Amino acid sequence: MELFEAILFYVFAGLSLLSAVVMVAQRNPLYSAFALLVTICSLSAIFGLLGSPFIAALQIVVYAGAIMVLFLFVLMLLRVGREEPEPGRQRVLKTVAIGLGALLLAQLGAVIAGIRPQVARGFDASTRSMARVLFSPQYVYVFEATSILIVGALVGAVVLARKEP
Amino acid sequence: MSGLSDHWAGLSPVAQQFWIAVLKVAVIFNVLLGLFSFMTYAERRLLAFMQFRLGPNRTGPFGVLQPIADGIKLFFKEEVIPEGANRWVFVAAPAVAVVAAFLSIAVVPYGGPGLFQIADLEVGILYLFAISSLGVYAIVMAGWAANNKFTMLGGLRSAAQMFSYELALGLSWVGLIMLAGSFRIQDIVTAQKGGLGLLNWFCVVQFPAFIVYLIAATAEVNRTPFDLPEAETELVAGFHTEYSSMRFALLQMAEYVNMITVAAVGTSLFLGGWLSPLPLLPDSPLWFFVKFGLLLFFFIWLRGTLPRFRYDQLMHFGWKVLVPVATLWILVTAGLVTAGVPGFRR
Repeated sequence: MELFEAILFYVFAGLSLLSAVVMVAQRNPLYSAFALLVTICSLSAIFGLLGSPFIAALQIVVYAGAIMVLFLFVLMLLRVGREEPEPGRQRVLKTVAIGLGALLLAQLGAVIAGIRPQVARGFDASTRSMARVLFSPQYVYVFEATSILIVGALVGAVVLARKEP
Repeated sequence: MSGLSDHWAGLSPVAQQFWIAVLKVAVIFNVLLGLFSFMTYAERRLLAFMQFRLGPNRTGPFGVLQPIADGIKLFFKEEVIPEGANRWVFVAAPAVAVVAAFLSIAVVPYGGPGLFQIADLEVGILYLFAISSLGVYAIVMAGWAANNKFTMLGGLRSAAQMFSYELALGLSWVGLIMLAGSFRIQDIVTAQKGGLGLLNWFCVVQFPAFIVYLIAATAEVNRTPFDLPEAETELVAGFHTEYSSMRFALLQMAEYVNMITVAAVGTSLFLGGWLSPLPLLPDSPLWFFVKFGLLLFFFIWLRGTLPRFRYDQLMHFGWKVLVPVATLWILVTAGLVTAGVPGFRR
Protein backbone atom coordinates (compact mmCIF):
# COMPACT_ATOMS: atom_id res chain seq x y z
CA MET A 1 0.00 0.00 0.00
CA GLU A 2 2.82 2.38 0.85
CA LEU A 3 4.50 1.77 -2.48
CA PHE A 4 1.19 2.40 -4.21
CA GLU A 5 0.76 5.71 -2.35
CA ALA A 6 4.33 6.73 -3.12
CA ILE A 7 3.79 6.11 -6.83
CA LEU A 8 0.57 8.16 -6.78
CA PHE A 9 2.31 10.93 -4.86
CA TYR A 10 5.12 11.23 -7.41
CA VAL A 11 2.70 11.09 -10.32
CA PHE A 12 0.58 13.92 -8.95
CA ALA A 13 3.54 15.94 -7.72
CA GLY A 14 5.11 15.72 -11.18
CA LEU A 15 1.81 16.58 -12.85
CA SER A 16 1.29 19.63 -10.65
CA LEU A 17 4.82 20.92 -11.34
CA LEU A 18 4.56 20.27 -15.06
CA SER A 19 1.18 21.96 -15.40
CA ALA A 20 2.39 24.91 -13.31
CA VAL A 21 5.29 25.39 -15.74
CA VAL A 22 2.92 25.10 -18.71
CA MET A 23 0.62 27.67 -17.10
CA VAL A 24 3.42 30.24 -16.87
CA ALA A 25 5.04 29.45 -20.23
CA GLN A 26 1.84 29.36 -22.27
CA ARG A 27 1.03 32.43 -24.39
CA ASN A 28 -2.64 31.58 -24.83
CA PRO A 29 -4.42 32.63 -21.60
CA LEU A 30 -7.10 30.00 -22.12
CA TYR A 31 -4.55 27.18 -22.13
CA SER A 32 -2.96 28.75 -19.06
CA ALA A 33 -6.30 28.53 -17.31
CA PHE A 34 -6.64 24.85 -18.22
CA ALA A 35 -3.08 24.17 -17.00
CA LEU A 36 -3.86 25.87 -13.68
CA LEU A 37 -6.93 23.65 -13.42
CA VAL A 38 -4.72 20.56 -13.76
CA THR A 39 -2.42 21.97 -11.05
CA ILE A 40 -5.35 22.47 -8.69
CA CYS A 41 -6.68 18.96 -9.27
CA SER A 42 -3.23 17.40 -8.69
CA LEU A 43 -2.83 19.39 -5.47
CA SER A 44 -6.22 18.13 -4.37
CA ALA A 45 -5.09 14.56 -5.04
CA ILE A 46 -1.97 15.17 -2.93
CA PHE A 47 -4.09 16.48 -0.05
CA GLY A 48 -6.19 13.34 -0.36
CA LEU A 49 -3.06 11.16 -0.19
CA LEU A 50 -1.95 13.05 2.93
CA GLY A 51 -5.14 11.88 4.64
CA SER A 52 -7.12 15.10 4.49
CA PRO A 53 -10.10 14.45 2.23
CA PHE A 54 -11.86 17.59 3.48
CA ILE A 55 -9.16 19.93 2.20
CA ALA A 56 -8.95 17.88 -0.99
CA ALA A 57 -12.66 18.31 -1.66
CA LEU A 58 -12.60 22.02 -0.77
CA GLN A 59 -9.68 22.55 -3.13
CA ILE A 60 -11.83 21.32 -6.01
CA VAL A 61 -15.09 22.96 -4.88
CA VAL A 62 -13.61 26.40 -4.30
CA TYR A 63 -10.76 26.72 -6.79
CA ALA A 64 -11.67 24.39 -9.64
CA GLY A 65 -15.43 24.58 -9.28
CA ALA A 66 -15.92 28.27 -8.63
CA ILE A 67 -12.90 30.50 -9.19
CA MET A 68 -11.47 28.87 -12.31
CA VAL A 69 -14.89 28.62 -13.96
CA LEU A 70 -15.25 32.38 -13.51
CA PHE A 71 -11.79 32.94 -15.02
CA LEU A 72 -12.65 30.76 -17.99
CA PHE A 73 -16.02 32.43 -18.32
CA VAL A 74 -14.44 35.87 -18.61
CA LEU A 75 -11.66 34.70 -20.94
CA MET A 76 -14.18 33.14 -23.29
CA LEU A 77 -16.68 35.99 -23.09
CA LEU A 78 -14.02 38.59 -23.93
CA ARG A 79 -12.45 36.30 -26.54
CA VAL A 80 -8.93 36.92 -25.23
CA GLY A 81 -6.44 35.74 -27.80
CA ARG A 82 -2.73 34.93 -27.81
CA GLU A 83 -0.58 37.45 -26.02
CA GLU A 84 2.16 38.85 -28.23
CA PRO A 85 5.28 40.07 -26.44
CA GLU A 86 5.98 43.80 -26.69
CA PRO A 87 9.53 44.24 -28.07
CA GLY A 88 10.51 47.31 -26.02
CA ARG A 89 9.56 46.10 -22.57
CA GLN A 90 10.93 42.63 -23.12
CA ARG A 91 14.53 43.39 -22.06
CA VAL A 92 13.53 45.10 -18.80
CA LEU A 93 11.11 42.29 -17.93
CA LYS A 94 13.72 39.64 -18.65
CA THR A 95 16.32 41.33 -16.41
CA VAL A 96 13.83 41.67 -13.56
CA ALA A 97 12.68 38.05 -14.01
CA ILE A 98 16.25 36.70 -13.93
CA GLY A 99 17.03 38.76 -10.82
CA LEU A 100 13.93 37.62 -8.94
CA GLY A 101 14.42 34.02 -10.09
CA ALA A 102 17.99 34.02 -8.76
CA LEU A 103 16.79 35.40 -5.43
CA LEU A 104 14.12 32.72 -5.17
CA LEU A 105 16.61 29.99 -6.04
CA ALA A 106 19.00 31.26 -3.38
CA GLN A 107 16.24 31.21 -0.76
CA LEU A 108 15.18 27.73 -1.82
CA GLY A 109 18.78 26.53 -1.63
CA ALA A 110 19.16 28.00 1.85
CA VAL A 111 16.00 26.26 3.03
CA ILE A 112 16.98 22.91 1.53
CA ALA A 113 20.48 23.15 3.02
CA GLY A 114 18.99 23.79 6.47
CA ILE A 115 16.66 20.77 6.48
CA ARG A 116 17.26 18.16 9.16
CA PRO A 117 15.14 15.09 8.33
CA GLN A 118 12.66 14.30 11.06
CA VAL A 119 9.78 11.86 11.28
CA ALA A 120 6.50 13.76 11.58
CA ARG A 121 4.38 12.93 14.59
CA GLY A 122 0.99 11.34 13.99
CA PHE A 123 -1.37 14.01 12.77
CA ASP A 124 -5.14 13.74 12.61
CA ALA A 125 -6.31 15.57 9.48
CA SER A 126 -9.88 14.26 9.48
CA THR A 127 -12.83 16.59 8.97
CA ARG A 128 -13.89 16.33 12.62
CA SER A 129 -10.51 17.30 14.06
CA MET A 130 -10.17 20.08 11.49
CA ALA A 131 -13.52 21.52 12.53
CA ARG A 132 -12.49 21.28 16.21
CA VAL A 133 -9.41 23.38 15.49
CA LEU A 134 -11.18 25.84 13.20
CA PHE A 135 -13.98 26.55 15.67
CA SER A 136 -11.79 26.55 18.78
CA PRO A 137 -11.51 29.91 20.60
CA GLN A 138 -8.10 30.34 19.02
CA TYR A 139 -9.39 30.62 15.47
CA VAL A 140 -13.13 31.18 15.63
CA TYR A 141 -12.86 35.00 15.69
CA VAL A 142 -10.55 34.99 12.68
CA PHE A 143 -13.00 32.66 10.93
CA GLU A 144 -15.95 34.97 11.67
CA ALA A 145 -13.97 38.05 10.65
CA THR A 146 -13.18 36.40 7.32
CA SER A 147 -16.83 35.64 6.69
CA ILE A 148 -17.73 39.28 7.42
CA LEU A 149 -15.05 40.31 4.94
CA ILE A 150 -16.55 38.03 2.28
CA VAL A 151 -20.06 39.34 2.90
CA GLY A 152 -18.68 42.88 2.60
CA ALA A 153 -17.08 42.01 -0.74
CA LEU A 154 -20.36 40.49 -1.94
CA VAL A 155 -22.34 43.58 -1.01
CA GLY A 156 -19.71 45.73 -2.70
CA ALA A 157 -19.95 43.69 -5.91
CA VAL A 158 -23.75 44.01 -5.95
CA VAL A 159 -23.58 47.76 -5.39
CA LEU A 160 -21.03 48.20 -8.18
CA ALA A 161 -22.96 46.02 -10.62
CA ARG A 162 -26.32 47.67 -9.90
CA LYS A 163 -27.75 49.88 -12.60
CA GLU A 164 -28.42 53.47 -11.58
CA PRO A 165 -32.10 53.83 -10.67
CA MET B 1 -12.92 -22.89 -10.63
CA SER B 2 -11.10 -24.24 -7.57
CA GLY B 3 -7.85 -23.06 -9.15
CA LEU B 4 -9.23 -19.54 -9.22
CA SER B 5 -10.34 -19.62 -5.58
CA ASP B 6 -6.94 -21.02 -4.52
CA HIS B 7 -5.27 -18.24 -6.40
CA TRP B 8 -7.58 -15.71 -4.71
CA ALA B 9 -6.76 -17.02 -1.23
CA GLY B 10 -3.07 -16.76 -2.05
CA LEU B 11 -3.29 -13.05 -2.79
CA SER B 12 -2.33 -10.48 -0.18
CA PRO B 13 -5.22 -8.53 1.44
CA VAL B 14 -4.14 -5.38 -0.39
CA ALA B 15 -4.29 -7.16 -3.75
CA GLN B 16 -7.69 -8.63 -2.85
CA GLN B 17 -8.99 -5.17 -2.01
CA PHE B 18 -7.61 -3.89 -5.27
CA TRP B 19 -9.33 -6.55 -7.38
CA ILE B 20 -12.64 -6.15 -5.53
CA ALA B 21 -12.49 -2.42 -6.27
CA VAL B 22 -11.69 -3.05 -9.95
CA LEU B 23 -14.58 -5.51 -10.19
CA LYS B 24 -17.02 -3.09 -8.54
CA VAL B 25 -15.97 -0.28 -10.88
CA ALA B 26 -16.30 -2.53 -13.93
CA VAL B 27 -19.77 -3.76 -12.93
CA ILE B 28 -21.15 -0.33 -12.06
CA PHE B 29 -19.63 1.26 -15.15
CA ASN B 30 -21.29 -1.29 -17.41
CA VAL B 31 -24.59 -1.13 -15.58
CA LEU B 32 -24.55 2.64 -16.03
CA LEU B 33 -23.86 2.27 -19.75
CA GLY B 34 -26.75 -0.14 -20.07
CA LEU B 35 -29.00 2.10 -18.02
CA PHE B 36 -28.05 5.06 -20.22
CA SER B 37 -29.13 3.32 -23.41
CA PHE B 38 -32.27 2.04 -21.76
CA MET B 39 -33.11 5.55 -20.51
CA THR B 40 -32.93 7.00 -24.03
CA TYR B 41 -35.52 4.41 -25.07
CA ALA B 42 -37.67 4.78 -21.95
CA GLU B 43 -37.68 8.55 -22.22
CA ARG B 44 -38.77 8.56 -25.85
CA ARG B 45 -41.49 5.97 -25.26
CA LEU B 46 -42.86 7.53 -22.09
CA LEU B 47 -42.85 11.03 -23.58
CA ALA B 48 -44.63 9.64 -26.62
CA PHE B 49 -47.37 8.10 -24.47
CA MET B 50 -47.78 11.35 -22.54
CA GLN B 51 -48.22 13.17 -25.84
CA PHE B 52 -50.56 10.58 -27.41
CA ARG B 53 -47.92 9.30 -29.81
CA LEU B 54 -46.38 5.86 -30.16
CA GLY B 55 -42.65 6.61 -30.06
CA PRO B 56 -40.01 4.21 -31.41
CA ASN B 57 -41.77 0.81 -31.60
CA ARG B 58 -40.37 -0.84 -34.74
CA THR B 59 -36.93 -2.13 -33.75
CA GLY B 60 -37.42 -5.39 -31.87
CA PRO B 61 -40.36 -6.16 -29.54
CA PHE B 62 -41.93 -2.84 -28.44
CA GLY B 63 -38.91 -1.10 -29.98
CA VAL B 64 -36.53 -2.08 -27.17
CA LEU B 65 -33.67 -2.52 -29.63
CA GLN B 66 -33.90 1.12 -30.68
CA PRO B 67 -30.88 2.25 -28.56
CA ILE B 68 -28.70 -0.36 -30.31
CA ALA B 69 -29.83 0.87 -33.72
CA ASP B 70 -29.12 4.45 -32.62
CA GLY B 71 -25.69 3.46 -31.41
CA ILE B 72 -24.78 1.74 -34.67
CA LYS B 73 -26.04 4.70 -36.66
CA LEU B 74 -23.98 7.17 -34.63
CA PHE B 75 -20.88 4.99 -34.96
CA PHE B 76 -20.98 5.11 -38.74
CA LYS B 77 -21.82 8.78 -39.09
CA GLU B 78 -19.25 11.16 -40.44
CA GLU B 79 -17.30 13.07 -37.84
CA VAL B 80 -17.33 16.79 -38.59
CA ILE B 81 -15.07 19.29 -36.85
CA PRO B 82 -15.77 22.88 -37.93
CA GLU B 83 -12.88 24.62 -39.64
CA GLY B 84 -12.69 27.59 -37.25
CA ALA B 85 -12.95 25.38 -34.20
CA ASN B 86 -10.24 24.97 -31.62
CA ARG B 87 -9.46 21.31 -32.31
CA TRP B 88 -8.00 20.36 -28.95
CA VAL B 89 -10.70 21.86 -26.80
CA PHE B 90 -13.40 20.64 -29.19
CA VAL B 91 -12.18 17.04 -28.91
CA ALA B 92 -11.55 17.23 -25.15
CA ALA B 93 -14.97 18.61 -24.18
CA PRO B 94 -17.05 15.41 -24.64
CA ALA B 95 -14.40 13.38 -22.81
CA VAL B 96 -14.45 15.79 -19.87
CA ALA B 97 -18.24 15.65 -19.84
CA VAL B 98 -18.34 11.86 -19.68
CA VAL B 99 -15.59 11.58 -17.06
CA ALA B 100 -17.26 14.13 -14.80
CA ALA B 101 -20.61 12.39 -15.23
CA PHE B 102 -19.31 8.92 -14.39
CA LEU B 103 -17.19 10.00 -11.40
CA SER B 104 -20.04 11.09 -9.12
CA ILE B 105 -21.78 7.72 -8.95
CA ALA B 106 -18.76 6.27 -7.12
CA VAL B 107 -19.91 7.46 -3.69
CA VAL B 108 -23.58 6.52 -3.97
CA PRO B 109 -24.43 3.50 -1.79
CA TYR B 110 -27.10 1.16 -3.15
CA GLY B 111 -26.93 -1.17 -0.17
CA GLY B 112 -25.47 -1.49 3.30
CA PRO B 113 -21.80 -0.75 4.08
CA GLY B 114 -19.20 -2.87 2.33
CA LEU B 115 -19.79 -4.33 -1.09
CA PHE B 116 -22.60 -2.08 -2.28
CA GLN B 117 -20.63 1.08 -2.95
CA ILE B 118 -17.44 1.84 -4.82
CA ALA B 119 -15.96 4.27 -2.31
CA ASP B 120 -17.33 5.10 1.14
CA LEU B 121 -15.62 8.49 1.39
CA GLU B 122 -15.52 10.41 4.64
CA VAL B 123 -16.44 13.54 2.64
CA GLY B 124 -18.82 11.81 0.22
CA ILE B 125 -21.27 14.68 -0.04
CA LEU B 126 -18.50 17.22 -0.62
CA TYR B 127 -17.05 14.95 -3.28
CA LEU B 128 -20.40 14.97 -5.05
CA PHE B 129 -20.46 18.74 -4.87
CA ALA B 130 -16.90 18.97 -6.22
CA ILE B 131 -17.54 16.67 -9.17
CA SER B 132 -20.82 18.33 -10.09
CA SER B 133 -19.01 21.67 -10.21
CA LEU B 134 -16.51 20.18 -12.67
CA GLY B 135 -19.30 19.28 -15.10
CA VAL B 136 -19.59 22.96 -16.04
CA TYR B 137 -16.20 22.85 -17.75
CA ALA B 138 -17.30 20.41 -20.42
CA ILE B 139 -20.21 22.61 -21.45
CA VAL B 140 -18.20 25.83 -21.43
CA MET B 141 -15.41 24.15 -23.41
CA ALA B 142 -17.81 22.65 -25.95
CA GLY B 143 -19.62 25.95 -26.37
CA TRP B 144 -16.48 27.98 -26.83
CA ALA B 145 -14.43 25.58 -28.98
CA ALA B 146 -16.89 25.28 -31.85
CA ASN B 147 -16.43 28.97 -32.73
CA ASN B 148 -20.14 29.44 -33.31
CA LYS B 149 -22.44 32.09 -31.84
CA PHE B 150 -25.18 29.66 -30.92
CA THR B 151 -22.91 27.23 -29.14
CA MET B 152 -21.16 30.11 -27.40
CA LEU B 153 -24.44 31.51 -26.10
CA GLY B 154 -25.59 28.04 -25.09
CA GLY B 155 -22.35 27.41 -23.24
CA LEU B 156 -22.43 30.74 -21.40
CA ARG B 157 -26.08 30.34 -20.45
CA SER B 158 -25.43 26.88 -19.21
CA ALA B 159 -22.44 27.92 -17.13
CA ALA B 160 -24.43 30.75 -15.51
CA GLN B 161 -27.33 28.41 -14.86
CA MET B 162 -25.22 25.65 -13.33
CA PHE B 163 -23.42 28.18 -11.17
CA SER B 164 -26.64 29.60 -9.81
CA TYR B 165 -28.37 26.31 -9.14
CA GLU B 166 -25.29 24.58 -7.74
CA LEU B 167 -25.53 27.00 -4.84
CA ALA B 168 -29.11 26.00 -4.05
CA LEU B 169 -28.17 22.34 -4.54
CA GLY B 170 -25.36 22.60 -2.01
CA LEU B 171 -27.49 24.55 0.47
CA SER B 172 -30.24 21.92 0.32
CA TRP B 173 -27.76 19.36 1.68
CA VAL B 174 -26.66 21.37 4.72
CA GLY B 175 -29.68 20.36 6.82
CA LEU B 176 -29.01 16.67 6.15
CA ILE B 177 -25.38 17.06 7.17
CA MET B 178 -26.46 18.71 10.42
CA LEU B 179 -28.95 15.92 11.20
CA ALA B 180 -26.63 13.07 10.27
CA GLY B 181 -23.56 14.73 11.79
CA SER B 182 -21.43 13.45 8.94
CA PHE B 183 -20.44 14.06 5.34
CA ARG B 184 -20.45 10.32 4.69
CA ILE B 185 -23.37 9.30 2.50
CA GLN B 186 -23.72 5.92 4.19
CA ASP B 187 -24.17 7.78 7.53
CA ILE B 188 -26.79 10.04 5.99
CA VAL B 189 -28.73 6.99 4.77
CA THR B 190 -28.59 5.25 8.16
CA ALA B 191 -29.58 8.51 9.91
CA GLN B 192 -32.95 8.11 8.16
CA LYS B 193 -33.60 4.81 9.88
CA GLY B 194 -36.25 4.86 12.56
CA GLY B 195 -39.38 3.28 13.95
CA LEU B 196 -41.67 5.12 11.56
CA GLY B 197 -40.32 3.76 8.29
CA LEU B 198 -40.75 6.22 5.48
CA LEU B 199 -41.84 9.02 7.83
CA ASN B 200 -38.25 9.10 9.10
CA TRP B 201 -36.83 9.80 5.67
CA PHE B 202 -35.35 13.20 4.99
CA CYS B 203 -37.91 13.89 2.25
CA VAL B 204 -40.40 14.22 5.12
CA VAL B 205 -38.19 15.58 7.89
CA GLN B 206 -36.41 17.96 5.50
CA PHE B 207 -39.32 18.55 3.14
CA PRO B 208 -38.36 22.09 1.98
CA ALA B 209 -34.79 20.94 1.35
CA PHE B 210 -36.13 18.01 -0.69
CA ILE B 211 -38.15 20.34 -2.92
CA VAL B 212 -35.16 22.67 -3.34
CA TYR B 213 -33.00 19.65 -4.21
CA LEU B 214 -35.43 18.37 -6.84
CA ILE B 215 -35.67 21.77 -8.55
CA ALA B 216 -31.96 22.56 -8.35
CA ALA B 217 -31.01 19.06 -9.53
CA THR B 218 -33.28 19.36 -12.55
CA ALA B 219 -31.61 22.64 -13.42
CA GLU B 220 -28.16 21.24 -12.71
CA VAL B 221 -28.57 18.47 -15.28
CA ASN B 222 -30.14 20.85 -17.83
CA ARG B 223 -33.48 19.14 -18.12
CA THR B 224 -36.86 20.62 -18.90
CA PRO B 225 -38.15 23.04 -17.63
CA PHE B 226 -34.56 24.29 -17.27
CA ASP B 227 -33.10 23.08 -20.57
CA LEU B 228 -32.23 26.60 -21.75
CA PRO B 229 -28.67 25.71 -22.78
CA GLU B 230 -30.15 23.74 -25.65
CA ALA B 231 -33.33 25.70 -26.29
CA GLU B 232 -33.95 24.60 -29.88
CA THR B 233 -36.17 27.50 -30.77
CA GLU B 234 -33.52 30.09 -29.93
CA LEU B 235 -30.14 28.40 -30.04
CA VAL B 236 -30.47 25.53 -32.58
CA ALA B 237 -29.13 22.95 -30.10
CA GLY B 238 -27.07 25.09 -27.72
CA PHE B 239 -23.59 23.98 -26.83
CA HIS B 240 -23.67 20.75 -28.84
CA THR B 241 -24.86 22.27 -32.13
CA GLU B 242 -21.61 21.52 -33.95
CA TYR B 243 -21.08 18.03 -32.59
CA SER B 244 -21.79 14.97 -34.66
CA SER B 245 -21.28 11.22 -34.61
CA MET B 246 -19.81 9.63 -31.47
CA ARG B 247 -18.79 12.93 -29.86
CA PHE B 248 -22.45 13.94 -29.95
CA ALA B 249 -23.31 10.54 -28.47
CA LEU B 250 -20.78 11.13 -25.67
CA LEU B 251 -22.35 14.48 -24.78
CA GLN B 252 -25.79 12.86 -24.74
CA MET B 253 -24.42 10.06 -22.59
CA ALA B 254 -23.02 12.58 -20.11
CA GLU B 255 -26.44 14.26 -19.85
CA TYR B 256 -28.26 10.99 -19.19
CA VAL B 257 -25.65 9.74 -16.73
CA ASN B 258 -25.93 13.07 -14.90
CA MET B 259 -29.66 12.57 -14.65
CA ILE B 260 -29.13 9.02 -13.39
CA THR B 261 -26.66 10.37 -10.83
CA VAL B 262 -28.95 13.05 -9.42
CA ALA B 263 -31.72 10.46 -9.16
CA ALA B 264 -29.40 8.05 -7.32
CA VAL B 265 -28.12 10.83 -5.04
CA GLY B 266 -31.66 12.02 -4.33
CA THR B 267 -32.65 8.46 -3.44
CA SER B 268 -29.77 8.13 -0.99
CA LEU B 269 -30.00 11.53 0.62
CA PHE B 270 -33.74 12.08 0.81
CA LEU B 271 -35.58 8.82 0.14
CA GLY B 272 -33.70 6.64 2.60
CA GLY B 273 -31.51 4.86 0.05
CA TRP B 274 -31.66 1.13 0.67
CA LEU B 275 -33.91 1.41 3.78
CA SER B 276 -37.36 -0.14 3.57
CA PRO B 277 -40.42 2.16 3.63
CA LEU B 278 -42.26 0.09 6.26
CA PRO B 279 -40.70 -0.86 9.61
CA LEU B 280 -41.82 -4.50 9.19
CA LEU B 281 -40.05 -5.16 5.88
CA PRO B 282 -36.29 -5.81 5.76
CA ASP B 283 -33.87 -3.25 4.31
CA SER B 284 -32.43 -4.30 0.99
CA PRO B 285 -30.68 -2.92 -2.12
CA LEU B 286 -33.93 -3.71 -3.91
CA TRP B 287 -35.59 -0.71 -2.25
CA PHE B 288 -32.86 1.52 -3.59
CA PHE B 289 -33.61 0.48 -7.15
CA VAL B 290 -37.38 0.90 -6.72
CA LYS B 291 -37.05 4.47 -5.43
CA PHE B 292 -34.35 5.24 -7.95
CA GLY B 293 -36.63 4.07 -10.78
CA LEU B 294 -39.46 6.24 -9.47
CA LEU B 295 -37.22 9.31 -9.39
CA LEU B 296 -36.03 8.64 -12.94
CA PHE B 297 -39.65 8.37 -14.04
CA PHE B 298 -40.33 11.64 -12.24
CA PHE B 299 -37.71 13.44 -14.32
CA ILE B 300 -39.22 12.13 -17.57
CA TRP B 301 -42.71 12.98 -16.34
CA LEU B 302 -41.54 16.53 -15.61
CA ARG B 303 -40.25 16.86 -19.15
CA GLY B 304 -43.59 15.74 -20.54
CA THR B 305 -45.51 18.19 -18.35
CA LEU B 306 -43.78 21.54 -18.00
CA PRO B 307 -42.87 24.17 -20.60
CA ARG B 308 -39.45 25.77 -20.66
CA PHE B 309 -38.60 28.74 -18.47
CA ARG B 310 -37.47 32.05 -19.92
CA TYR B 311 -33.86 32.91 -19.13
CA ASP B 312 -34.60 35.88 -16.84
CA GLN B 313 -37.25 33.84 -15.04
CA LEU B 314 -34.69 31.11 -14.48
CA MET B 315 -32.13 33.46 -12.94
CA HIS B 316 -34.75 35.26 -10.87
CA PHE B 317 -36.12 31.99 -9.54
CA GLY B 318 -32.71 30.57 -8.72
CA TRP B 319 -31.32 33.55 -6.87
CA LYS B 320 -34.38 35.18 -5.36
CA VAL B 321 -36.50 32.18 -4.46
CA LEU B 322 -34.49 28.96 -4.17
CA VAL B 323 -31.39 30.32 -2.42
CA PRO B 324 -33.31 32.32 0.23
CA VAL B 325 -35.66 29.39 0.91
CA ALA B 326 -32.74 26.98 1.29
CA THR B 327 -30.87 29.42 3.56
CA LEU B 328 -33.92 30.02 5.76
CA TRP B 329 -34.47 26.29 6.06
CA ILE B 330 -30.87 25.85 7.23
CA LEU B 331 -31.55 28.39 10.00
CA VAL B 332 -34.77 26.60 10.98
CA THR B 333 -33.05 23.20 11.02
CA ALA B 334 -30.15 24.56 13.05
CA GLY B 335 -32.62 26.02 15.56
CA LEU B 336 -34.60 22.78 15.83
CA VAL B 337 -31.43 20.69 16.22
CA THR B 338 -30.12 23.00 18.96
CA ALA B 339 -33.47 22.92 20.76
CA GLY B 340 -33.47 19.11 20.53
CA VAL B 341 -36.93 18.80 18.95
CA PRO B 342 -37.86 15.09 18.44
CA GLY B 343 -36.95 14.00 14.91
CA PHE B 344 -34.28 16.67 14.75
CA ARG B 345 -32.09 15.14 17.38
CA ARG B 346 -28.85 13.60 16.31
